[in-house]
Amino acid sequence: MNIWVVMIITGMITYAFRLSFIILFEHKDLPPALQRWLRYVPPAVFAAIIFPEIFVRDGSVVLSSDNSRLFAALIAAIVAWRTKNVLLTILIGMAGLLIIEVIQNQF
Amino acid sequence: MASPRSEFFSGIKAQLPILIGVIPFGMIYGVLALEAGLSIGIAQSMSFIIFAGSSQIVATQLFGSSVHGLVIILTLSVINLRHMLYSASIAPYLKPLKPLWKWSLAYLLTDEAYALTITHYQEEDPATENRKDNRHWFFLGTGLALWLTWQLSTAGGIFLGVIIPESWPLDFTIALTFIALLVPMLRDRAGLAAATVAGILALLTLNVPLKLGLVIAALAGIITGVLVETKS
Repeated sequence: MNIWVVMIITGMITYAFRLSFIILFEHKDLPPALQRWLRYVPPAVFAAIIFPEIFVRDGSVVLSSDNSRLFAALIAAIVAWRTKNVLLTILIGMAGLLIIEVIQNQF
Repeated sequence: MASPRSEFFSGIKAQLPILIGVIPFGMIYGVLALEAGLSIGIAQSMSFIIFAGSSQIVATQLFGSSVHGLVIILTLSVINLRHMLYSASIAPYLKPLKPLWKWSLAYLLTDEAYALTITHYQEEDPATENRKDNRHWFFLGTGLALWLTWQLSTAGGIFLGVIIPESWPLDFTIALTFIALLVPMLRDRAGLAAATVAGILALLTLNVPLKLGLVIAALAGIITGVLVETKS
Protein backbone atom coordinates (compact mmCIF):
# COMPACT_ATOMS: atom_id res chain seq x y z
CA MET A 1 0.00 0.00 0.00
CA ASN A 2 1.24 3.45 -0.90
CA ILE A 3 2.43 5.47 2.13
CA TRP A 4 0.40 8.50 1.04
CA VAL A 5 -2.78 6.40 0.95
CA VAL A 6 -2.08 4.95 4.42
CA MET A 7 -1.35 8.40 5.78
CA ILE A 8 -4.42 10.09 4.29
CA ILE A 9 -6.79 7.33 5.42
CA THR A 10 -5.30 7.43 8.94
CA GLY A 11 -5.64 11.21 8.95
CA MET A 12 -9.29 10.99 7.90
CA ILE A 13 -10.04 8.38 10.58
CA THR A 14 -8.27 10.46 13.24
CA TYR A 15 -10.22 13.55 12.20
CA ALA A 16 -13.46 11.54 12.23
CA PHE A 17 -12.71 10.48 15.83
CA ARG A 18 -12.11 14.09 16.83
CA LEU A 19 -15.27 15.29 15.13
CA SER A 20 -17.51 12.34 16.04
CA PHE A 21 -19.38 13.35 19.18
CA ILE A 22 -19.16 17.06 18.45
CA ILE A 23 -21.35 16.41 15.38
CA LEU A 24 -23.38 13.43 16.64
CA PHE A 25 -24.69 15.44 19.58
CA GLU A 26 -25.01 18.70 17.76
CA HIS A 27 -28.75 18.97 18.29
CA LYS A 28 -29.34 16.77 21.31
CA ASP A 29 -27.83 16.57 24.78
CA LEU A 30 -25.47 13.82 25.79
CA PRO A 31 -27.29 11.44 28.14
CA PRO A 32 -26.52 12.46 31.77
CA ALA A 33 -25.20 8.94 32.50
CA LEU A 34 -22.65 9.28 29.69
CA GLN A 35 -21.64 12.74 30.90
CA ARG A 36 -20.89 11.22 34.30
CA TRP A 37 -18.63 8.62 32.69
CA LEU A 38 -16.87 11.25 30.64
CA ARG A 39 -15.71 13.10 33.74
CA TYR A 40 -13.11 10.35 34.13
CA VAL A 41 -11.71 10.64 30.60
CA PRO A 42 -8.88 13.05 31.51
CA PRO A 43 -7.48 11.19 34.55
CA ALA A 44 -7.81 7.76 32.92
CA VAL A 45 -6.35 8.62 29.51
CA PHE A 46 -3.51 10.78 30.83
CA ALA A 47 -2.46 8.21 33.42
CA ALA A 48 -2.49 5.53 30.71
CA ILE A 49 -0.13 7.71 28.66
CA ILE A 50 2.15 8.64 31.58
CA PHE A 51 2.73 5.26 33.27
CA PRO A 52 4.45 3.51 30.33
CA GLU A 53 6.61 6.62 29.76
CA ILE A 54 7.87 6.38 33.34
CA PHE A 55 7.95 2.68 34.16
CA VAL A 56 8.97 1.12 30.85
CA ARG A 57 12.64 1.15 29.89
CA ASP A 58 13.73 -0.70 26.75
CA GLY A 59 10.42 -2.48 26.41
CA SER A 60 9.92 -3.84 29.92
CA VAL A 61 8.64 -2.53 33.24
CA VAL A 62 11.45 -1.40 35.58
CA LEU A 63 10.41 -0.91 39.20
CA SER A 64 13.90 -0.86 40.79
CA SER A 65 15.83 2.17 41.98
CA ASP A 66 17.81 2.03 38.70
CA ASN A 67 14.85 3.69 37.08
CA SER A 68 15.74 7.34 37.59
CA ARG A 69 12.56 8.47 35.80
CA LEU A 70 10.48 7.04 38.64
CA PHE A 71 12.01 9.45 41.17
CA ALA A 72 11.98 12.39 38.78
CA ALA A 73 8.31 11.76 37.97
CA LEU A 74 7.50 11.65 41.68
CA ILE A 75 9.26 14.99 42.22
CA ALA A 76 7.37 16.45 39.24
CA ALA A 77 4.05 15.14 40.58
CA ILE A 78 4.67 16.83 43.94
CA VAL A 79 5.55 20.12 42.21
CA ALA A 80 2.43 19.85 40.02
CA TRP A 81 0.28 19.13 43.06
CA ARG A 82 1.66 21.99 45.16
CA THR A 83 2.02 24.67 42.48
CA LYS A 84 -0.31 23.67 39.61
CA ASN A 85 2.39 25.30 37.46
CA VAL A 86 3.14 23.50 34.16
CA LEU A 87 6.43 25.27 33.48
CA LEU A 88 7.79 24.63 36.96
CA THR A 89 6.72 20.98 36.84
CA ILE A 90 8.55 20.35 33.56
CA LEU A 91 11.69 22.27 34.55
CA ILE A 92 12.04 20.76 38.04
CA GLY A 93 11.16 17.28 36.77
CA MET A 94 13.83 17.53 34.06
CA ALA A 95 16.42 18.99 36.45
CA GLY A 96 15.55 16.22 38.93
CA LEU A 97 16.15 13.55 36.30
CA LEU A 98 19.52 15.00 35.28
CA ILE A 99 20.68 15.31 38.89
CA ILE A 100 19.57 11.77 39.76
CA GLU A 101 21.38 10.39 36.69
CA VAL A 102 24.58 12.24 37.62
CA ILE A 103 24.40 10.83 41.17
CA GLN A 104 23.73 7.32 39.86
CA ASN A 105 26.72 7.51 37.54
CA GLN A 106 28.97 8.42 40.50
CA PHE A 107 28.36 5.06 42.19
CA MET B 1 -17.69 37.68 29.97
CA ALA B 2 -14.17 37.77 28.55
CA SER B 3 -13.77 39.15 25.01
CA PRO B 4 -12.84 36.84 22.10
CA ARG B 5 -9.47 38.51 21.94
CA SER B 6 -8.62 37.99 25.60
CA GLU B 7 -9.87 34.37 25.48
CA PHE B 8 -7.74 33.74 22.39
CA PHE B 9 -4.59 35.11 24.01
CA SER B 10 -5.15 33.36 27.32
CA GLY B 11 -5.46 30.14 25.28
CA ILE B 12 -2.05 30.80 23.71
CA LYS B 13 -0.60 31.75 27.10
CA ALA B 14 -1.84 28.54 28.72
CA GLN B 15 -0.20 26.50 25.94
CA LEU B 16 3.23 28.19 26.15
CA PRO B 17 4.76 26.14 29.00
CA ILE B 18 3.52 22.93 27.40
CA LEU B 19 5.31 23.79 24.19
CA ILE B 20 8.62 23.18 26.00
CA GLY B 21 7.67 19.51 26.01
CA VAL B 22 6.20 19.56 22.51
CA ILE B 23 9.27 21.00 20.73
CA PRO B 24 11.68 18.13 21.53
CA PHE B 25 8.86 15.64 20.87
CA GLY B 26 8.32 17.13 17.40
CA MET B 27 12.03 17.18 16.64
CA ILE B 28 12.42 13.56 17.74
CA TYR B 29 9.58 12.65 15.35
CA GLY B 30 11.26 14.47 12.47
CA VAL B 31 14.57 12.69 13.05
CA LEU B 32 12.90 9.26 13.40
CA ALA B 33 10.86 9.80 10.23
CA LEU B 34 13.97 10.41 8.13
CA GLU B 35 15.81 7.52 9.82
CA ALA B 36 12.90 5.27 8.83
CA GLY B 37 13.47 6.26 5.22
CA LEU B 38 10.44 8.53 4.76
CA SER B 39 10.83 11.38 2.31
CA ILE B 40 10.85 14.95 3.60
CA GLY B 41 7.48 15.55 1.91
CA ILE B 42 5.83 12.58 3.59
CA ALA B 43 7.42 13.26 6.97
CA GLN B 44 6.23 16.86 7.11
CA SER B 45 2.81 16.20 5.52
CA MET B 46 2.06 13.65 8.21
CA SER B 47 2.25 16.44 10.80
CA PHE B 48 -0.72 18.20 9.33
CA ILE B 49 -2.62 15.23 7.87
CA ILE B 50 -2.56 13.12 11.05
CA PHE B 51 -1.44 15.76 13.59
CA ALA B 52 -1.10 13.39 16.54
CA GLY B 53 2.40 12.96 17.96
CA SER B 54 2.45 9.50 19.49
CA SER B 55 0.77 7.89 16.47
CA GLN B 56 3.22 9.66 14.15
CA ILE B 57 6.16 8.21 16.08
CA VAL B 58 4.66 4.72 15.85
CA ALA B 59 4.01 5.35 12.14
CA THR B 60 7.73 5.89 11.55
CA GLN B 61 8.45 2.50 13.16
CA LEU B 62 5.77 0.73 11.10
CA PHE B 63 6.59 2.41 7.77
CA GLY B 64 10.18 1.31 8.25
CA SER B 65 9.08 -2.32 8.67
CA SER B 66 7.28 -4.71 6.34
CA VAL B 67 3.92 -4.38 8.12
CA HIS B 68 0.93 -4.29 5.74
CA GLY B 69 -0.72 -0.92 5.11
CA LEU B 70 -4.06 -2.00 6.54
CA VAL B 71 -2.43 -3.09 9.80
CA ILE B 72 -0.66 0.28 9.98
CA ILE B 73 -3.96 2.12 9.51
CA LEU B 74 -5.61 -0.06 12.15
CA THR B 75 -2.79 0.36 14.69
CA LEU B 76 -2.57 4.13 14.27
CA SER B 77 -6.35 4.43 14.48
CA VAL B 78 -6.43 2.49 17.74
CA ILE B 79 -3.77 4.82 19.19
CA ASN B 80 -5.91 7.79 18.16
CA LEU B 81 -9.18 6.30 19.36
CA ARG B 82 -8.83 8.28 22.61
CA HIS B 83 -9.70 11.41 20.63
CA MET B 84 -13.24 10.07 20.43
CA LEU B 85 -13.40 10.26 24.22
CA TYR B 86 -12.12 13.83 24.06
CA SER B 87 -14.73 14.61 21.41
CA ALA B 88 -17.56 13.30 23.62
CA SER B 89 -16.17 15.11 26.64
CA ILE B 90 -15.88 18.51 24.93
CA ALA B 91 -19.03 18.21 22.76
CA PRO B 92 -21.51 19.73 25.26
CA TYR B 93 -19.49 22.94 25.42
CA LEU B 94 -19.26 23.33 21.64
CA LYS B 95 -22.97 22.79 21.04
CA PRO B 96 -23.95 26.44 20.50
CA LEU B 97 -21.22 27.03 17.90
CA LYS B 98 -21.62 27.33 14.13
CA PRO B 99 -20.57 24.31 12.00
CA LEU B 100 -17.39 25.98 10.72
CA TRP B 101 -16.20 26.43 14.32
CA LYS B 102 -16.99 22.82 15.18
CA TRP B 103 -15.21 21.41 12.12
CA SER B 104 -12.17 23.62 12.73
CA LEU B 105 -11.87 23.04 16.46
CA ALA B 106 -12.24 19.27 15.94
CA TYR B 107 -9.07 19.34 13.85
CA LEU B 108 -7.24 21.03 16.73
CA LEU B 109 -8.47 18.53 19.35
CA THR B 110 -5.14 17.11 20.52
CA ASP B 111 -4.23 15.77 23.99
CA GLU B 112 -2.75 19.07 25.12
CA ALA B 113 -5.43 21.35 23.64
CA TYR B 114 -8.12 19.09 25.10
CA ALA B 115 -6.58 19.09 28.59
CA LEU B 116 -6.23 22.88 28.71
CA THR B 117 -9.62 23.60 27.15
CA ILE B 118 -11.63 21.17 29.27
CA THR B 119 -9.93 22.56 32.39
CA HIS B 120 -10.80 26.08 31.25
CA TYR B 121 -14.43 25.14 30.61
CA GLN B 122 -14.76 23.33 33.93
CA GLU B 123 -13.05 25.80 36.23
CA GLU B 124 -15.40 28.65 35.42
CA ASP B 125 -18.98 27.79 36.26
CA PRO B 126 -19.49 24.17 35.32
CA ALA B 127 -23.19 24.99 35.27
CA THR B 128 -22.96 27.27 32.27
CA GLU B 129 -22.87 24.55 29.63
CA ASN B 130 -24.80 25.44 26.52
CA ARG B 131 -24.59 29.10 27.37
CA LYS B 132 -23.12 31.17 24.63
CA ASP B 133 -19.80 32.73 25.57
CA ASN B 134 -16.34 33.22 24.12
CA ARG B 135 -14.45 30.31 25.56
CA HIS B 136 -14.20 28.63 22.17
CA TRP B 137 -11.70 31.38 21.35
CA PHE B 138 -9.51 29.99 24.15
CA PHE B 139 -9.72 26.58 22.45
CA LEU B 140 -8.78 28.15 19.11
CA GLY B 141 -5.80 30.03 20.58
CA THR B 142 -4.47 27.07 22.49
CA GLY B 143 -5.05 24.68 19.56
CA LEU B 144 -3.40 26.94 16.98
CA ALA B 145 -0.39 27.59 19.22
CA LEU B 146 0.14 23.85 19.50
CA TRP B 147 -0.50 23.25 15.79
CA LEU B 148 2.02 25.85 14.67
CA THR B 149 4.65 24.66 17.15
CA TRP B 150 4.15 21.05 16.08
CA GLN B 151 4.60 21.90 12.39
CA LEU B 152 7.72 23.99 13.08
CA SER B 153 9.34 21.54 15.49
CA THR B 154 8.80 18.50 13.26
CA ALA B 155 10.23 20.57 10.40
CA GLY B 156 13.13 21.40 12.72
CA GLY B 157 13.78 17.70 13.28
CA ILE B 158 13.51 16.97 9.56
CA PHE B 159 15.63 19.81 8.21
CA LEU B 160 18.13 20.43 10.98
CA GLY B 161 18.47 16.76 11.87
CA VAL B 162 20.10 15.54 15.03
CA ILE B 163 21.41 18.51 16.90
CA ILE B 164 20.27 16.87 20.14
CA PRO B 165 22.62 14.12 21.37
CA GLU B 166 20.76 10.83 21.70
CA SER B 167 21.86 10.42 25.32
CA TRP B 168 19.81 13.48 26.36
CA PRO B 169 16.59 12.23 27.94
CA LEU B 170 14.45 14.82 26.15
CA ASP B 171 11.62 12.36 25.54
CA PHE B 172 10.99 12.57 29.29
CA THR B 173 9.35 15.96 28.70
CA ILE B 174 6.32 14.07 27.31
CA ALA B 175 5.74 12.33 30.64
CA LEU B 176 6.39 15.57 32.53
CA THR B 177 3.90 17.50 30.39
CA PHE B 178 1.15 15.00 31.07
CA ILE B 179 2.02 14.89 34.80
CA ALA B 180 1.65 18.67 34.89
CA LEU B 181 -1.75 18.38 33.20
CA LEU B 182 -3.01 15.34 35.13
CA VAL B 183 -2.10 16.01 38.76
CA PRO B 184 -4.12 19.23 39.22
CA MET B 185 -7.15 17.36 37.81
CA LEU B 186 -7.05 14.77 40.60
CA ARG B 187 -9.44 16.41 43.01
CA ASP B 188 -11.29 13.44 44.53
CA ARG B 189 -10.95 9.75 45.32
CA ALA B 190 -12.83 8.64 42.22
CA GLY B 191 -10.50 10.55 39.90
CA LEU B 192 -7.45 9.25 41.71
CA ALA B 193 -8.76 5.67 41.45
CA ALA B 194 -9.49 6.13 37.73
CA ALA B 195 -5.93 7.34 37.12
CA THR B 196 -4.29 4.60 39.21
CA VAL B 197 -6.18 1.74 37.60
CA ALA B 198 -5.68 3.14 34.09
CA GLY B 199 -1.96 3.60 34.71
CA ILE B 200 -1.39 0.11 36.07
CA LEU B 201 -3.47 -1.46 33.31
CA ALA B 202 -1.47 0.43 30.69
CA LEU B 203 1.61 -1.39 32.02
CA LEU B 204 -0.09 -4.79 32.13
CA THR B 205 -1.39 -4.46 28.56
CA LEU B 206 1.92 -3.35 27.02
CA ASN B 207 2.13 -6.38 24.77
CA VAL B 208 -1.47 -6.45 23.61
CA PRO B 209 -1.44 -6.28 19.79
CA LEU B 210 -2.36 -3.18 17.75
CA LYS B 211 -1.55 -0.90 20.71
CA LEU B 212 -4.98 -1.70 22.14
CA GLY B 213 -3.54 -1.42 25.67
CA LEU B 214 -4.10 2.34 25.91
CA VAL B 215 -7.80 2.03 25.07
CA ILE B 216 -8.32 -0.92 27.43
CA ALA B 217 -6.52 0.92 30.24
CA ALA B 218 -8.48 4.14 29.67
CA LEU B 219 -11.84 2.36 29.64
CA ALA B 220 -10.95 0.39 32.80
CA GLY B 221 -9.96 3.65 34.49
CA ILE B 222 -13.23 5.34 33.51
CA ILE B 223 -15.28 2.39 34.82
CA THR B 224 -13.29 2.45 38.08
CA GLY B 225 -13.93 6.17 38.50
CA VAL B 226 -17.68 5.73 38.09
CA LEU B 227 -17.75 2.73 40.46
CA VAL B 228 -15.82 4.56 43.19
CA GLU B 229 -18.04 7.61 42.74
CA THR B 230 -21.19 5.46 43.06
CA LYS B 231 -19.92 3.81 46.25
CA SER B 232 -18.95 6.99 48.06
